[in-house]
Amino acid sequence: MSNTEKLIHAFSEALAVPQETIQDDLAYQAIPEWDSITHMILISQLEDTFGVAIDTDDVIDLSSVGKAKEILTKYNIVF
Amino acid sequence: MLNDLLNTIQYSLTRDEKNRELLPLLLERHQWHLGSCAAYRDIYNTVFEGSIRQPATLADLPFLPVSAFKNHELKSIPDSEVFKVLTSSGTTGDAVSRIFLNKETAQLQSLALSKIITHVLGKARLPMLIIDSKAVFANKQSYSARGAGILGLSVFGKDHTYVLDDNFEFDEQVLASFLERYDGQPFFIFGFTFMVWLYLFNAKTGKRYDLSKAILIHSGGWKKMTDMAVDNSVFRASLKDRFGLDQIYNFYGMIEQIGSVFLENSDGYLHCPNFADVIIRNPADFSVQPHGVPGLVQVISVLPQSYPGHSLLTEDIGVIMGEDDASNGWKGKYFKVTGRAKKAELRGCSDTFKSR
Repeated sequence: MSNTEKLIHAFSEALAVPQETIQDDLAYQAIPEWDSITHMILISQLEDTFGVAIDTDDVIDLSSVGKAKEILTKYNIVF
Repeated sequence: MLNDLLNTIQYSLTRDEKNRELLPLLLERHQWHLGSCAAYRDIYNTVFEGSIRQPATLADLPFLPVSAFKNHELKSIPDSEVFKVLTSSGTTGDAVSRIFLNKETAQLQSLALSKIITHVLGKARLPMLIIDSKAVFANKQSYSARGAGILGLSVFGKDHTYVLDDNFEFDEQVLASFLERYDGQPFFIFGFTFMVWLYLFNAKTGKRYDLSKAILIHSGGWKKMTDMAVDNSVFRASLKDRFGLDQIYNFYGMIEQIGSVFLENSDGYLHCPNFADVIIRNPADFSVQPHGVPGLVQVISVLPQSYPGHSLLTEDIGVIMGEDDASNGWKGKYFKVTGRAKKAELRGCSDTFKSR
């Protein structure tokens, strides 16, 4: 699986939505499935998937799928 | 300028610096709300017109009583911009306060909270032990203030572990395996003050767990604790004695004023961050009380933009314990809250407010 596929898979699992929903412009709280509870599930899913530990500032900053890619890039994950 | 205030290291501004940095931002907020919120303008014109000179210090700023949020729709943005409405739980029978947030103000709120909490926890998220049950989220549509508090703090933790089961019974096994998992490492404990006391401290087993590496943040007020005759110093001393837990931070804030997040300093007093301040007022005439003299707590925060909550008179009684000289080196005022104002005092207070 490519990193983009892994990312889509992690989002889809954490938010319990179909993979087609996961587009770069999908934003936090734009769909009922992505709320403050599932956000923390998503963070740990991303951490497990990519083997990284995401800092607090980035948890707050992670406001869309596109932003998630940008943040993970800081942790040396290439998309 | 607001971003500078949030992004610099917290607890770094002394009295004069704070006045210089905050006053222009607050005057800007005041003007904005006068122009954008009819209810704010009405209250201001009725209560303060003519009686307030050009503010020279933070103490000269006009202030709204928190009860105003129950009786008025205080909103400085068009309906289309409302992103979230916060409501206070309130006591039974009371009207509910409604606080209107737009995206920008909501973001400022999470940024402010993060600056304060990471100041004591560090940037990396720590394993988090929650002295509560997942059952507080059972009804997703209307979880309580407790649920909201837990969620708000969850961003600072990982491996969120709830020590109470679905029936709110203390699960010793969960605690033991958490402690084993993170043996020798720092971790984060969060809970409401009375829950920490009832369940962690008074756990039936009375075991002396080693919590010396833990950092405890707790919140929720002292009403229930006072009923059990436990004050802050007893609380701190007991946890230290039984568990070696000495990094303890009480947390005071209110839904009506985002950004008013006051964390306890090492002396056990609530400390104002760079972007907020506290003034104590005489309940009879609203004059400013000197340090050491109790009165009504007025909270000031530069954050509220979507609603006029930048300067509020609360119904809490508190006292300033010092300024710029806390023993952990934090600058700014520090205070303690000693209780709620008596109904009669508040009635007197609101009469005065009306007649001014």
